[in-house]
Amino acid sequence: MPADEATKVDPSRRALLVAGLAAAGGAAIAAGTARSQTAPDPMAGHDMSAMSTDPYAAPMSGMAHGNMTTVGRVDHAGNGFDPSSMLTDWYTGTTELLPDGRTLRTFEVSAIDREIEIAPGIVFPAWTFNGRVPGPALRAKEGEKLRIIFRNYGSHPHSMHFHGIHSARMDGVPGAGLIGPGEEFVYEFDAKPFGCHLYHCHALPLKRHMHKGMYGLFVIDPDPARQADPALATVAASRLFGSPENANWQELAMVMNAFDTNFDGGNEVYAVNTVGQAYMNVPIRIDKTRPVRIYLVNVTEFDPINSFHLHANFFDYYDTGTQLTPTLRTVDLIMQCQAQRGILEFSFSDHEDGMYMFHAHQSEFTELGWVGMFDVRGPEA
Amino acid sequence: MSDQSQPTRPTAIRLLLVLLPLAAILGSFVWIASLDPLRSFNNGAPPVESLTVERTILDQTGIQILVRAGGSEAMQIAQVAVDDAYWSFTQNPPGPIARGSAVWVQIPYPWVLGEAHHVALVSNTGTVFGHEIAVAVPTPKATAGQFRMQALVGALVGLLPVALGLMFYPAMRGFGTTGMNFVLALTVGMLAFLLLDMMGEATELAAEAAAMFQGSAMVWLSALASFLLLMAIGRWRGRPEGLALAFYIALGIGLHNFGEGLAIGGAFAAGAAGLGTFLVLGFALHNVTEGIGIAAPMLRIRPPLWSFAALTLLAGGPAVIGIWVGSLAYAPQWSALALAVGAGAILQVMVEVTAYLQRQNSDRLAILFSPAVLGGFLGGIAFMYVTAALIKV
Repeated sequence: MPADEATKVDPSRRALLVAGLAAAGGAAIAAGTARSQTAPDPMAGHDMSAMSTDPYAAPMSGMAHGNMTTVGRVDHAGNGFDPSSMLTDWYTGTTELLPDGRTLRTFEVSAIDREIEIAPGIVFPAWTFNGRVPGPALRAKEGEKLRIIFRNYGSHPHSMHFHGIHSARMDGVPGAGLIGPGEEFVYEFDAKPFGCHLYHCHALPLKRHMHKGMYGLFVIDPDPARQADPALATVAASRLFGSPENANWQELAMVMNAFDTNFDGGNEVYAVNTVGQAYMNVPIRIDKTRPVRIYLVNVTEFDPINSFHLHANFFDYYDTGTQLTPTLRTVDLIMQCQAQRGILEFSFSDHEDGMYMFHAHQSEFTELGWVGMFDVRGPEA
Repeated sequence: MSDQSQPTRPTAIRLLLVLLPLAAILGSFVWIASLDPLRSFNNGAPPVESLTVERTILDQTGIQILVRAGGSEAMQIAQVAVDDAYWSFTQNPPGPIARGSAVWVQIPYPWVLGEAHHVALVSNTGTVFGHEIAVAVPTPKATAGQFRMQALVGALVGLLPVALGLMFYPAMRGFGTTGMNFVLALTVGMLAFLLLDMMGEATELAAEAAAMFQGSAMVWLSALASFLLLMAIGRWRGRPEGLALAFYIALGIGLHNFGEGLAIGGAFAAGAAGLGTFLVLGFALHNVTEGIGIAAPMLRIRPPLWSFAALTLLAGGPAVIGIWVGSLAYAPQWSALALAVGAGAILQVMVEVTAYLQRQNSDRLAILFSPAVLGGFLGGIAFMYVTAALIKV
């Protein structure tokens, strides 16, 4: 209300002065009435006409959702890795044929201390595998013999602990492949079972080694020859990296992670593949004529769970990826605790072109960076 | 008499004797800076960072905060999150914030009336500086209507009670020596309460200020300085009494009311405006004693009528100015400074009123512990304490 109207208020009202003050201060007295021990006046504090400018009268300019964003861009070149190219950057190592006819696949991984920019302008002192967070997305085929040469160039003891089937000696825990700075260790085991797995450093304290960035995808593709059922063999073939059936799929490697930049036991930045809001700034191009498969793992520390929600679409979900039939069919949201992982399969073939969002359905994670866009179009558009 | 026998040195020599240590100081600073003796202590730890939010303004464009940096190096605000959501923002002036300088951060965030918000400033090293907005209300704007209504509130809590207290003046003139002693002691007791209240408030505010202002030292030293300066001014031509003493009391009380106005205005700005009728009545009752105190040293003289108006304005007027300044959201260190200066002024009038009281009586020491004086002093403190309970929320 205009200031000069304040004097027209019924003087019998106990809140006379309050009304005057509301006009005077343009202040909401909602809390004030309670504190001043008068009966709550239902209008006090809600009489927005008392405000010289009503913030709800018109949309506040520039205050739409578009402002829920980090400011600036991350220097991906400076980081040495780019979340966009990381999506399809599989590390397949080198192979050689063993006398018994099996394939020996060798990976080389080094632990390196490195400062990385996890959101525009925010630098995090990370511990990395091969200088990137998440570490390289290792990919092998079921039944192969794997050899991982691990070198520790970091300042602390580190290891590689694989989620897979292996001997105790190869487990990457203290006394079994945990090495000090400057040391080297070779992990050897067979690639099994097939599925979407992960590896991470298992040095103690585990929490610190996890959230400092020491984790990565470890995908073992199924061997179609081992499937008796021809239908399942076809499915397996579609998952086998480099096969003709696999070529049609758009496969994406996604690691849900977060960073506690002030080391207070809570995360400041959430993301997929490290950089908050990376896929908002550069949406992921999806050819809608081809199906999409996401290898998803959650390594978020401190928060019990993380989740993946796809907008305007549904997907089939293969928990841990160890089966060729979906664990969940036709869902648009899955949850994962730390180290839980799985494969998402979906298609945009019947959709209109457009930007389709995906994010954690913990709104807090979303608004702290874990949100992205699929830029869905035809192959030529 | 060695100092007399000392020959007077030529001016050039004396100048040289001053310049020599100055040159040595300058030289050693350059030497320290170039040598960087602390280099061997550099253990790779990140710089010490400190950000203090000094003002918060909420309006239809969102949230604006005035942020002062106080780290060991220039600081950079990398991102700003409001309620755990990264939000776009503009910094003015942009770029790194040098130690001691302040910038405005404008966040176009659709804040919600009457609710709490939490602003987090994330530095380039990932350090988070939180700022709580306890109750979001639009920050009052400096408009004519706004000023008019705030002036009314200021008049109710500042001018009116002082005027009402001064109205006891005719009645008090009839008092004998004992009655007058009582009233003067009552005044000193009231001032003692105000002194403690102001220093408490000032140190509390100073604690919120950036570390570089050294809040506690600033408050105590400026209170001491203000006390000494006012004592010196007051004693320029003899000891103040009568009308002059009344004006000194009015000045001290005026500075206190300025502080009270700041607090009320600040409550408007912070959304914690618990100013109901009840509260304003409390303020009025609390401050009536101030009028009685001002009148006390004038009982033996016949002051001109205009002096009553002037005294009322001097003692109560600053409440209006305080509300104006306070409602525009102020930096805590300036309010603390104003309160500390006021506390010094209060101490000065306490000393002067006590001295005046003693001069009115033959036995200067014994009178202090007479029933009338002790009763008046304790009564003054008790009255202020009890009425203050009405206004402390």
